[in-house]
Amino acid sequence: MKYLCLIYDEEQKLDGMSPTESDAFMGEYFAFTEAIRDSGHYIGGEALQSAQTATTVRVRNARLSATDGPFAETKEQLGGFYLIEARDLNDAIQVAAKIPSARLGCVEVRPIMNFEQTG
Amino acid sequence: MSDATPDQARDAADAVYRTESRRVLATLIRLLGDFDLAEEALHDAFTAAVERWPRDGVPANPRAWLVSTGRFKAIDALRRRARFDRSVSELALRLEADSAVPALGETDAVEDDRLRLIFTCCHPALPADARIALTLREVCGLTTEEIARAFLTSPPTLAQRIVRAKAKIRDAGIPYQVPERTDLPGRLDSVLHVVYLVFNEGYSASSGTALTRHDLSQEAIRLGRLLLELLPEPEAMGLLALMLLHESRRATRTSAAGELVLLADQDRSRWDQGLIAEGAALVERALASRRFGPYTLQAAIAAVHVQAASAEATDWAQIVGLYDVLLRADPSPIIELNRAVALAMRDGAAAGLALVDAILARGDLSDYHLAHAARADLCRRLGKAGEARTSYARALALARQEPERRFLERRLAELGAGP
Repeated sequence: MKYLCLIYDEEQKLDGMSPTESDAFMGEYFAFTEAIRDSGHYIGGEALQSAQTATTVRVRNARLSATDGPFAETKEQLGGFYLIEARDLNDAIQVAAKIPSARLGCVEVRPIMNFEQTG
Repeated sequence: MSDATPDQARDAADAVYRTESRRVLATLIRLLGDFDLAEEALHDAFTAAVERWPRDGVPANPRAWLVSTGRFKAIDALRRRARFDRSVSELALRLEADSAVPALGETDAVEDDRLRLIFTCCHPALPADARIALTLREVCGLTTEEIARAFLTSPPTLAQRIVRAKAKIRDAGIPYQVPERTDLPGRLDSVLHVVYLVFNEGYSASSGTALTRHDLSQEAIRLGRLLLELLPEPEAMGLLALMLLHESRRATRTSAAGELVLLADQDRSRWDQGLIAEGAALVERALASRRFGPYTLQAAIAAVHVQAASAEATDWAQIVGLYDVLLRADPSPIIELNRAVALAMRDGAAAGLALVDAILARGDLSDYHLAHAARADLCRRLGKAGEARTSYARALALARQEPERRFLERRLAELGAGP
């Protein structure tokens, strides 16, 4: 099954890291990505620019509105994702637990909808 | 096939349903890979048994007969549906070709299925209330109506909760398996917690007119026994012991009029000595393993209480010591509160009151009625009637359960109007 691991970070915590800490954290990410490529779990993944760069788009009554944000009440912001192939949810949870941000923020694991099977 | 009369065969089918239906269901879920399909297959298999056993006799291995009949019924049902849906037809073909079906009647495989079912129903990815509902429905075989009544919710709400949980199991890919050794401690915690919550809801109903709901406690103890039989882990032992030791006092916890009776005032001659002996033996086994945790420690505390000849003769020093260990294993303000109450028995009410005040000052338990009731009781024992009244009133404002409310009202009345 395919799962999307959505990574939520506290941007303030990441911004507050010293250059050495920040390098070490990025190093952990490179090592993690390498490890899940080797184990065959990796399908794709990206890091996102900060939530301040986000724009929210809506169309209502055929009118487009684009606004700054979203600014959720929570401290944790979506900061990146991995798309993985896992045997089942337990396997996906094991992978998600090794994402470095799982220690600082949290990782939401969502199964990808398979339209062929749900027909 | 045996040569029983039709009546005997019908009775046999009923008896097999009572003892085997959950085992058969657990195996069918594994073979069919789907809860709803397995439940339908279970139903069809028992319908077939009621029809055929009176005519053909009871099969030598009824469980194996039911599993295999259920599986064929499911394949039939899928074939009928397959006319409308190609993916279903593939599933039917796969099931038919499935060579992974183990030799039926293999006890180990069947027992593993029951454990798989428990771990799946208690998977931490399911919401807590859904875990409880699903476990009572699938593992214990309670009806939706019975579960709804026990938890004072409406049957449609409860049915919805179960439907959503099954959908999540299917859609999120929650596997039907016993966790691997490395994941076991965390996953076992989730299972034990579900059993404990079911027991607590039965032992000390969170709201409503009755103090206890006996059936839920019985189901929790049955589940605890099953779990221990399947997985002899120390904490499973500890939890079963805890439940048995609490259960031993059930009859004395309320008066004939339905009023709350405190531990110190309970009639110890009416405690169930059989349950106490069984519980105490389990505590010793769990402690001897040296891999015990919070449930075993709580059970050890309960064992000290029930083995004392009177409240005064209780070994309070040992109870405080066990609470110290428990606090290190599982720090929580409620355990701190219980320790403070035990310490008041060992060192006097003033020492206990200082601890309770410190806990309340932190604000952790300011909305917990028993914290205020404990404070009130200590103040009362120290002759501080005014403070006792204030705390009883605060406890009364927070209490939701009728017998507890009446108890607090009586205590308030005994203190009089005051100066």
